[in-house]
Amino acid sequence: MILDSVKDILSARFDDGVIIGEETSGLQPALLINPEQIADVCLELRDNPATYFDFLSCLSGIDYGVTTNRFGVVYHLASIPYQTQLTLKISKEHTRDINDLPSFPTLSNVYRTADWHEREAYDLVGIYFEGHPDLRRILLPDDWIGYPLRKDYKAAEYYKGIKVD
Amino acid sequence: MTALERYHRKIAEAATQDMILNMGPQHPSTHGVLRLELITDGEIVKEVIPHAGYLHRCFDKHAENLTYQQTIPFTDRLDYLSSMNNSHIWVMGVERMLGIDKDIPKRVEYIRVLMCELNRIASHLISIGTYGIDIGAFTPFLWCFRDREHIMGMLEWASGSRMLYNYIWIGGLFFDLPVGFEERCREFVEYFKPKMTELNELLTNNQIFISRTANVGVLPMDVAINYGCSGPMLRGSGLKWDLRRIDNYSVYGELDFEVPIGTGAMGTTGDCWDRNKVRVDEIGESLKIIEQCLDRLQKELKRTPEFDPRAKLPRRLAPKAQDYYMRGECSKGELGFYFIADPTGKSEIPFRVKARGPSFNNLSVISEISKGVMIADLIAIVGSIDFVLGELDR
Repeated sequence: MILDSVKDILSARFDDGVIIGEETSGLQPALLINPEQIADVCLELRDNPATYFDFLSCLSGIDYGVTTNRFGVVYHLASIPYQTQLTLKISKEHTRDINDLPSFPTLSNVYRTADWHEREAYDLVGIYFEGHPDLRRILLPDDWIGYPLRKDYKAAEYYKGIKVD
Repeated sequence: MTALERYHRKIAEAATQDMILNMGPQHPSTHGVLRLELITDGEIVKEVIPHAGYLHRCFDKHAENLTYQQTIPFTDRLDYLSSMNNSHIWVMGVERMLGIDKDIPKRVEYIRVLMCELNRIASHLISIGTYGIDIGAFTPFLWCFRDREHIMGMLEWASGSRMLYNYIWIGGLFFDLPVGFEERCREFVEYFKPKMTELNELLTNNQIFISRTANVGVLPMDVAINYGCSGPMLRGSGLKWDLRRIDNYSVYGELDFEVPIGTGAMGTTGDCWDRNKVRVDEIGESLKIIEQCLDRLQKELKRTPEFDPRAKLPRRLAPKAQDYYMRGECSKGELGFYFIADPTGKSEIPFRVKARGPSFNNLSVISEISKGVMIADLIAIVGSIDFVLGELDR
């Protein structure tokens, strides 16, 4: 299985703490990675000749709900030479304070795809990516307040003094 | 200093030395409401800063508040030029989560693929036609739209709507093909084949067109992969990567077609001409797929009075708690939907959905491949990317 070989590679290359756990119940098993090391893990998986996960299909910022107060990022990698897919997940607890966003390392140095996807996650879910070269809002206007895909988001009543119906 | 302040300072400083030129959001060659902010030095583009979001319609947020079935019309409006492909991929993702993807009748699958390929041709025709208009060729645009109108008419006949179909449903179809559709479709294929030769003579192999597009906006393969480009963008750079072949989803595994790639026939591999040529070739491959689908639909999978395309519609659409990433080949590239089903496993409304649009990733490479080009060449590059703002902004 692809998941086992990835685990072997990662445990040979990194310390024990890098893989926090795994989810094998669904159709697509996923590895839970230590958030601090995600960029190193992806760089290793991208350049290792045994895996070559060179294509970042999708990057999603997730708010796991008001009861759990967890924020996470899900990465869907694909390997073009081997035609395989892999899901990596990172997450951490956070207080939902919109002035102090949950923060994860950026992946844009490894995959340039992550650049715009991380801007989108920042824009809509309110996740900060450390080391991102240009973390501006991408879909919403620059002066938007709040992060609409958060589960506790309330639609604003006024936008620039105009009542929203 | 925040990223926003850095951006404002960059624009302020550039304005003293260079010229800031806004292309869009109402510029016709941006194919929608995309604003490109150019930092120019005379005719040379030093930097391109794209500003997206003018067409943001909160797809992800809507999908969190509607059931899987109710979201299908919203997926139609993502890439509104190839709505069938969008809803096909959405529907396949939900069916796999429900575990009913193996129970779908073959006739339904073939009708879906037939519709998707017709829609793919229509989308590529728009791409080629408007690309011609962008760089000064008006006639091919009219020819492309004339032929596309036949497809629109057929799809309207089947689904009742010209562009936004809501035809493919979870577990089946809205309706079986109308009587006589297969014959009409064959007629169209016969009519359309020589038209492609004409179009190639007029546009693709036209010396003026080649001069405007060859060796312009060269996208090397490694850059394309690193930026997550897919579809004709990636294949134009010379990589055989088509999810219809890689994943063999639906019935594509049973169909015989080639994956055209860019070869640098007129210049460098990965230039604008190659990307356009890949689309032209894909139309031919789609025609091949359509003919094979029609063969099957008229012989072993014939229409019968008791056939009901809604027979397998699930009564309850509540997948158990899981998350799933479904990817498929839309006309622009890899369209992906990332579903997180409701954690209780009882709700028909997903907890979170993220759409990964091909246009979004394909456009992000523009600032990389248009450094130091002339402004007129930038138009050629933008046209060759073939993005749809409805999907870029979601």
